[in-house]
This record gives sequence, structure tokens and C-alpha cells, in this order.
Amino acid sequence: MDAHPGFPPALDYLLRLGDNALILGQRLGEWCGHGPVLEQDIALTNVALDLIGQARSWLTYAGELEGQGRDEDQLAFQRDAWDFRNLLLVEQPNGDFAHTIARQFFFDAFHHPLLEQLLHSTDRQVAAIAEKAIKEATYHLRYSSEWMIRLGDGTEESHRRMQTAVDDLWMYTGECCTPDEVDEAAHQSGMGASLTAVRKSWEERVKDILDQATLHRPEDDWMQSGGKQGRHTEHLGYILADMQFLQRAYPGMEW
Amino acid sequence: MSSSVALEQQFQERIDAEARIEPKDWMPDAYRKTLVRQISQHAHSEIVGMLPEGNWITRAPSLRRKLALLAKVQDEAGHGLYLYAAAETLGVERDDLLEELHEGKAKYSSIFNYPTLTWADIGAIGWLVDGAAIMNQVPLCRCSYGPYARAMVRICKEESFHQRQGYEIMLTLCRGTEVQKRMAQDALNRWWWPSLMMFGPNDADSKHTAQSMAWKIKRFTNDELRQRFVDVTVPQAEFLGLTLPDPELKWNEERGHYDFGPIDWDEFWNVVKGNGPCNKERIEARRKAYEAGAWVREAALAHAEKRRRRKEQSAQVA
Repeated sequence: MDAHPGFPPALDYLLRLGDNALILGQRLGEWCGHGPVLEQDIALTNVALDLIGQARSWLTYAGELEGQGRDEDQLAFQRDAWDFRNLLLVEQPNGDFAHTIARQFFFDAFHHPLLEQLLHSTDRQVAAIAEKAIKEATYHLRYSSEWMIRLGDGTEESHRRMQTAVDDLWMYTGECCTPDEVDEAAHQSGMGASLTAVRKSWEERVKDILDQATLHRPEDDWMQSGGKQGRHTEHLGYILADMQFLQRAYPGMEW
Repeated sequence: MSSSVALEQQFQERIDAEARIEPKDWMPDAYRKTLVRQISQHAHSEIVGMLPEGNWITRAPSLRRKLALLAKVQDEAGHGLYLYAAAETLGVERDDLLEELHEGKAKYSSIFNYPTLTWADIGAIGWLVDGAAIMNQVPLCRCSYGPYARAMVRICKEESFHQRQGYEIMLTLCRGTEVQKRMAQDALNRWWWPSLMMFGPNDADSKHTAQSMAWKIKRFTNDELRQRFVDVTVPQAEFLGLTLPDPELKWNEERGHYDFGPIDWDEFWNVVKGNGPCNKERIEARRKAYEAGAWVREAALAHAEKRRRRKEQSAQVA
């Protein structure tokens, strides 16, 4: 097992894409059967299905690129937290529906413009996966934006809950659009996106939707970061304990 | 009085002629009540049934299995949706039906009060529970009440897919290691008898069967369907190399059916009454989801109302 962050940038980049989708899909899967209303139970599960499908594509490609014979499942179920490259945002707990929607919206507002750029990746496999994923991400962004507005501009209680969620999650939004060496290298090679452009789109979208939702944009204070480099919050360990249980308890079996 | 007798006679004649009854048609009050009871129980079973399987979504052993399980549990939510809609055609509201569920007044399929303890339970539920559900539900596609029959056509298609998926999980386990096979056998041991109970009490003790059959809501009796299920399932278990937990199970040449041992009706009635291993948890989980979602539903209504008013105002200005 890799004990250190020393993946080559291209592999690291693909793991970020795959792990974001996987961990957020895993979180949304926790809602299944417990949604606030049957229609939204179904809708959240749709998003989870899309994301896990995307995770499979990214992780499969990451395994191919790595060339050590690891497939999607080995990457999903046999890495420890320090080898996961997802944003801290996506591992945050579901909380109430407002927290789930805010987390989803902040992610979608990043994910959609990111995929838009990846459509033009010089890596044809990346462009192909992005092309399929962006159709889904378009729907996700519309869904989470609508619910931001509905709940922000709904009742007094929903407004309060939505503002709390936005405030609570704000400090996890910084790292998505802040490039590090891996992002820079991926962008320069033509494989990855320009996070400067993604940030611009993210800022505009977030401002627009928060305005429509009558929500206040928190001040840019200290931002948490580290997910992309494998330094996570305590939550990820529990997510993995759950997700990887069978593969860990009964290693090397077909399921 | 005589006119209602005449109406009832005409109604029965339509049923006998295999006509479909539609929401606006006249129907006896007892027919309507029977359908509301049956369809709402069925809808509740779908959404309560999401819980035991949902229990394994976060722990599914591969991404492919996770996707399939998520999609399956989502299908059940969809079935719940069609069925509540079918019940609503009879003049009841989804929220009222849910309230009855949350207060413990409404029934749902008792099988979902059993726990899912290992991954093999997900296979066993797909294979046996969905298998038994299909036996029960395929005849409902010809139910005399149109909206229910049409909902069942869609549901049955998906259920048969679920059943194959469940069987495939079992097959993978049975072709796997010793411990996986043990897991499969253990799940079969626990789910077999509750699956047979899914068909309901023996015909002699089933208070609704005769009338439901006359109304062509039901086409076969509980015991007929149960026998058919056993006959179909025994060779499937043999193919897996698993042993059904019934020492009395054997082929009866004369009847052309498998004989099987007595069902523990004491257990059945206790689980129905609320004494199953998970009755409290299941209802609690549903109630919690509903109550925690109240503010979301209220906000959605409030926002829609705000939009409507704004639209009106801007129309007036224009």
C-alpha cells in the first residue's frame, strides 16, 4: 500500500475526481430511505447513483494509468484515509436536509465548471468521462440551486436552517478552487482544468444563488484545506470503516 | 335500498365480465375500503422495505453492487409513489395514510421487521422476498381496479429484475469461499420461513380472501400462491447448493407439488402485532424521516406560494 502522498500528478488528479464523486455519493446513499419526502428521497438517490457511476469511471482510469493492476474496487475499498484525495467538503456529515443541500450546491457549483473545462482535456479518456458526467452535473446543479432558493426563501425556519448550513460549511469551500502543485501540473499538461477559471464561475454562481435564496454570503475567513493532499477531517475514517467493512473483513473475495 | 342492490348487482356483473373499474365508476363502499387498505398496506411495505436493504447501501462490497442496491431501493421508493397515487384515486391522501403508518395503525408486510445481518441477506431478500412478492403481485396486474392493476404492471417488471439480481448475489456467494457459502446458508435459514409467511394466513384463516376473490382483486388464494412459490424456489436452492431449513420438505409425486412443514403461525402473528425483531426501529425510522422533513415540505409550499403571489403581482403591474 502506498503510505505516502507520492502519486504522480496525473494519478493524483484522477483520484481527486474519483474520490470526490465516491465520497459524496456514499454520503448521499445514507439518505436513501430517510428522505424528507418520497420524491426527494428518489432525487437524492439519483444524484448518488450518478456520482458513484462517475467514481467508477475515474477510478478505473486511475488504476489503468497507475499500471499496477488496481481496479475501481481496490482503489475504493483498499486505500486508507491518507490516500484519499477528496475535498473536505464532500466528507462532511449529511446533517439536516439544509446541510445536505448546501454541501451539494457548493460542490456542484465547483464540479460543473470543472467538468466543462475537462471536456477540452488533452487526455481523451478524461474528456470522454467528463462529457458523460457533465450531463449529470448539469442536473445536479439545477437541483441543488433550486433547493437553495426554495429553502432560503421559504419559511423563517427553513431560512434559518439554510443560513446555518451555509455558515457551517463555508470554511470547507476554500480548497475546491485553490490550486496546488498537482492542480497546476495537471492544468499545464493539458489534462486538467484551470482552477482560476473554475473559481470565477463558482463565485458568480454562489453569489447569484445566495442572492436569490435571500441568504447571506459568509465573510471569507480562515479556510480549511488538506483533503486534496490526503489530510482529512475525522469523518472520513468512519465513512471508510463503513464502506470498506466487507472487503477488509473478508479480503480477496469476489462479491 | 333496492337501487343500491341493483347498483351492486350491476357492479358485480361488470366484475364477472372482467371489466376494469375506474376511479369515477360507482363502487360499493366495502370494495373501496378493501382497496384502500390493500393498496396502502402495499405502499407502506415498499417504503418500510427500503430500510432493511438500505441498511447495506453504505457497506455494499463493490461499487457495482452499491449502484445496483441503491437503484433497487430507489425503485422501491418509486413503487411506493405509484401505489400512494393509486390509493389517492380512491379519495384518500398520502399524508393521512402515512400518519396511520406512523401511529402503528396501518399494517405493512411483516417480513421487513426482520433484520439484515450480513451481505448475504441482500441476496436472500432479492431472491426470496422479491420472489414471493412477484408471486403475489403478478396476478394483481389483472386486478379489477384499473389504477392498481396498471401500477402493478410497472412494479412487476422491476421486481423481476430485482429478483434476478438477488439470486445472482446468492450465486456469487455460493460459488465463492467457504465463509461466503456459510453466509448464504445462514441468510437462507433466516429468510425462508418469513418468506413463506408473506403469503398470509392459511386459506381457512384468511378473513378477506373470499370477498376479494369475488371482486377479482385477488385471483389466487394464499395457500395456492405459497405452494407455487415453494415449487419454484426448491430447484433454485438446489442449484445454489443450499439446503432449505425444512426437514419435512419433499416432492409429492401424487400431488405434483412439494410438501413442506408447518409454518410457525405464532411467530407470524406476533410479528404482525408488533413483536418482531425490528418493528419499533422500522416505524421509528419512518416517523423520524417524516418529522425531520416537515420543515422542508412546509418551506417548499411557502416558496411556491411566494412565487405564485409574485407572479400575480407582476401580471397586475403589466
